[in-house]
Amino acid sequence: MSVTVRIPTPLRKLTGGTDEVSVEAANVGEMIENLESAHAGLKERLCDEAGDIRRFVNIYVNDEDVRFLQGKDTPLADNDQVSIVPAIAGGNA
Amino acid sequence: MIDFTEEQIERYSRHIILPEVGGEGQSRLLESKVFMIGAGGLGSPVAYYLAAAGVGTIGIADADVVDMSNLQRQIIHNNERIGMEKVESAKKTIQALNPDVNVITYTERVTEENVREIIRDYDVIVDGCDNFPTRFLVNDACFFEQRTLVSGAMFRFEGQVTTFKPHTDREGPCYRCLYPEPPPAGLVPSCSEAGILGALAGSVGTIQAVEVIKELLGIGDSLSGYLMTFDALRMEWRKLKLRKDPACPLCSKEATIKDLITYDEACELRTAQG
Repeated sequence: MSVTVRIPTPLRKLTGGTDEVSVEAANVGEMIENLESAHAGLKERLCDEAGDIRRFVNIYVNDEDVRFLQGKDTPLADNDQVSIVPAIAGGNA
Repeated sequence: MIDFTEEQIERYSRHIILPEVGGEGQSRLLESKVFMIGAGGLGSPVAYYLAAAGVGTIGIADADVVDMSNLQRQIIHNNERIGMEKVESAKKTIQALNPDVNVITYTERVTEENVREIIRDYDVIVDGCDNFPTRFLVNDACFFEQRTLVSGAMFRFEGQVTTFKPHTDREGPCYRCLYPEPPPAGLVPSCSEAGILGALAGSVGTIQAVEVIKELLGIGDSLSGYLMTFDALRMEWRKLKLRKDPACPLCSKEATIKDLITYDEACELRTAQG
């Protein structure tokens, strides 16, 4: 399955500035592994030491949060759009 | 409904002729009270539009003074106000725009000690702060005090906006449903590394202002249950579903948080020079 993954601004330095990458993967867990192979360092930003998706990072398949699907086991279909939405706090200073 | 003066009828005429607002809605705005956290990047456009709309009372909390480097995006301030308290500067701008607005200033940060008491006096709370501990504090306080929270955040070229009101929207999430706790130190770049496109603050802040005014009027569809994201480089808005977390530590039946928590400075990560 080939999906496109939207890379948020804070992680773009790991993708050489690219805001969207294509990945072959059958599910979200595999997508993270394949992202890591292509762009070392991404997995650490997305997952904790136990390999679980970090609580301050949300991964969406199309418009749905994978936490409310099957987490890392959420299956991916061709042309799915995956978005990584990290917590951001800026606004004032 | 309040009795409008001639001047008010003229000032608000473009609102009053909207069937969704009308004299009654405008009257409601004039009787409304909105509390804003931050008179900075997001707070500037929010304050401008709430004041122009005739929101009767605007409370603003900010402990900082105006700095030259703020003026690239914090449009409620200006060159002559450098060194002035931001809340004072904001008050001057608002009152010059619309004398109907009563501005209440708080030259302090919101804290565990003061936040609940402050927000109790207001109808809607607007978060445009620049750090995670305050975002969690304000979310929790709004939950306990049953206040609607319109939250905006930004980073470099990206923005996020949503509304949290789990007290009226049973299916509606709170900030902790979205992010249960603040990120640990070191995983998010600091403000000095970040930078921000100044006009982005306008894009995000005006969406917040629209949302606040709709909440006050009780019209249209709320952003509760959705996260609006904006990518300025791609010029793309997206509306993602935001669900109530059945295991949310704050707003679910499984809640473990029963009172305010202050996260210490060690985990304070300013991800953007907002």
